[in-house]
Amino acid sequence: MRIGIPRALAYYVYYPFVNTFFEKLGCKVVVSDVTTKETMDMGVQDTITDACVPLKLFHGHVRNVKDKVDYVFTPRLVSVNNEATFCPKFLGLPDMLACSIDNFENPFEVRIDLQGSKLRLFTLCYQVAKRLKKGFFATYNAYREALTNLKNYKHQFLQGGIPPLGIVAQKKDTPIKLGVIGYPYMLYDPYLSLDLIKKLINMGVYIITPEMIPNEDKAKQGRKMKKTLFWTFSNEVLRSGYHFLDKKCVDGIIHVTAFACGPDFAVDKLLEIKSKNHNIPYLTITLDEQTGQGGLNTRLEAFVDMISIKKKKLGNKGKEAAMA
Amino acid sequence: MRRRKVSFPYMGTSYIPFNTIATAFGNDVIMPPKPTAKTISYGTKYAPEFACYPFKIVLGTYIEVLEKGADTLVTSGGVGPCRAGLYAVVQEEILRNLGYDFEMIILEPPSAGLFDLIANIKKLINTSISIFDLISIIRFAWKQVKVLDKAEKLSHRVRPLEVKRGQTSRVYKQSIALVKKARNYTELLEVERQIEKMYDKIDKKDIDPIKIGIVGEIYVLMEPFSNLEIEEMLGELGVYVERSMFLESYTISNAVMDIFHLTGDKDAKRAASPYFNEMCGGHGRESVGNSVLFAKRGFDGIIQLSPFTCIPEIVAKSILPTVCKKYGLGFMTISLDEQTGKEGLRTRIEAFIDLLAAKKRHKQNLKSLDLAKEL
Repeated sequence: MRIGIPRALAYYVYYPFVNTFFEKLGCKVVVSDVTTKETMDMGVQDTITDACVPLKLFHGHVRNVKDKVDYVFTPRLVSVNNEATFCPKFLGLPDMLACSIDNFENPFEVRIDLQGSKLRLFTLCYQVAKRLKKGFFATYNAYREALTNLKNYKHQFLQGGIPPLGIVAQKKDTPIKLGVIGYPYMLYDPYLSLDLIKKLINMGVYIITPEMIPNEDKAKQGRKMKKTLFWTFSNEVLRSGYHFLDKKCVDGIIHVTAFACGPDFAVDKLLEIKSKNHNIPYLTITLDEQTGQGGLNTRLEAFVDMISIKKKKLGNKGKEAAMA
Repeated sequence: MRRRKVSFPYMGTSYIPFNTIATAFGNDVIMPPKPTAKTISYGTKYAPEFACYPFKIVLGTYIEVLEKGADTLVTSGGVGPCRAGLYAVVQEEILRNLGYDFEMIILEPPSAGLFDLIANIKKLINTSISIFDLISIIRFAWKQVKVLDKAEKLSHRVRPLEVKRGQTSRVYKQSIALVKKARNYTELLEVERQIEKMYDKIDKKDIDPIKIGIVGEIYVLMEPFSNLEIEEMLGELGVYVERSMFLESYTISNAVMDIFHLTGDKDAKRAASPYFNEMCGGHGRESVGNSVLFAKRGFDGIIQLSPFTCIPEIVAKSILPTVCKKYGLGFMTISLDEQTGKEGLRTRIEAFIDLLAAKKRHKQNLKSLDLAKEL
């Protein structure tokens, strides 16, 4: 059986798990093609205008893959931990797809709710495997392997690599370090993010994304917050931002967000206020289905230039102080 | 005990019962002013760009009441995933950053912690109150809510039938003033009768108006300023409007039922389940469910009101066209924010009503043709 996986939204976080799991169960996994103008256009056609870009892209990717496979994997992410759920658009995703895409008859809907015990993930996997008529041991093996793969994937991030973009390691001795934060589906889709990360690396910047910060550090920031946000990915982003500001381990922060992104109204404002108080440069980049590169290039160059000038000035002052 | 200067967000007529309770609890109430263009300009200046419209109005209101000297803001919390549950957290941060000094009391829903809620309410009680007093205060405020809702429902029913335009709106305004004036429960009962009589006296035409159901996000449904008085506009165009949500039903399903960990509004949820089967926060699922219920009761069309970028309503908006098509309803969605203009909206609505009227005539013609054939 061929199972199609749309390359959008939570794909960038969980694909090592999902892909491996289905492969080990004996399915042929077909991931939709990388995002192109065509995918975007198809998505824009099907969705309503005020939906955010990542959601539009998901529709595009489903249309890209649906005719090539027997089933399309459409997750309904409800929760992956005990503290938060997901943006309503994740919760209503299968329902929206059913109403927005014409002739979409082969969804493979999986409701992912891992609240409660740690066994929930395995029980869920077992339920999925049962629908595919696989036995207990096959499921267990697939599950184990998928978990290992996910762990490897996360480890690569912690080592400073960005596996979804094919970056294995970054040069450590760069003059500028930037925190680039945003949802994984915004940052790691090179078409959507207009290749922002590689552009910055080529400017000689060392980049830290939320996935590169150890979980314990993020959890520490989480305990300081007055009220936990309701959305898992937003929590990751906000805590990473707070971590950067607290530890002062970066020279500036770039927040990448989608036009009219709901959860980001809080994330962006809270970070903006806090970085102002901490005196760390902060830039918000809002992306939508427009593909003009010029504006983005200018803004990134200006931001990086500004930081390097600031650093030079500080360096000179330090030298003068040392001479005196 | 220190007297607090309490204020709260402005939403529809809810300020009347809130005022009753807060005053009876021994606080000075700084009455939030009705939102105006000034409120919005404060709100949009300091709110994040993509915050929803209610956030901006409420933030603007806070700034206005803080300028008037309020030192305690009372507001609701929430458990998400709708953004409204985080309003207070973000607003507090913004206002503190602007240099205001105040205390924010966030009333979280009872299921998120009944004792926290009670502790928070206790902060607001700054006079000695017996249990008996408490019960009579709540009974009185609850009756106010009921009478206000009743007056509004009557206005929706009478407005399309009125002979002299504007009469209903005038009566509605009078009813609100009467409710405000009533001092105790018996007076309120008298006011209720009086309101019924006033609506009764309005000259009415004998027609069968077009029926439109309004669904959507709670704030823009309840606060006429934010939806550009759409209900009045529709009524004066001769349309019977019914809104899916009123303060009374909202309070029951979200506060009272919540104490017992029950979900409110079960009918709407059941009606929505074939199309939309997940709690997604806000009133997204209720919008879908109520549309189905409206359809089953023979309505002609649905108007969905949502603030621009409202997430649950975007989900509902993706699903509603399919639902309305299935039930043969007209469907129109209106995104509201500070940019929405009233005249543009009126043109859209007039076109929508014309279409519905044509459709209705067509249906009736078909029916009479069938009848003729049978004869």
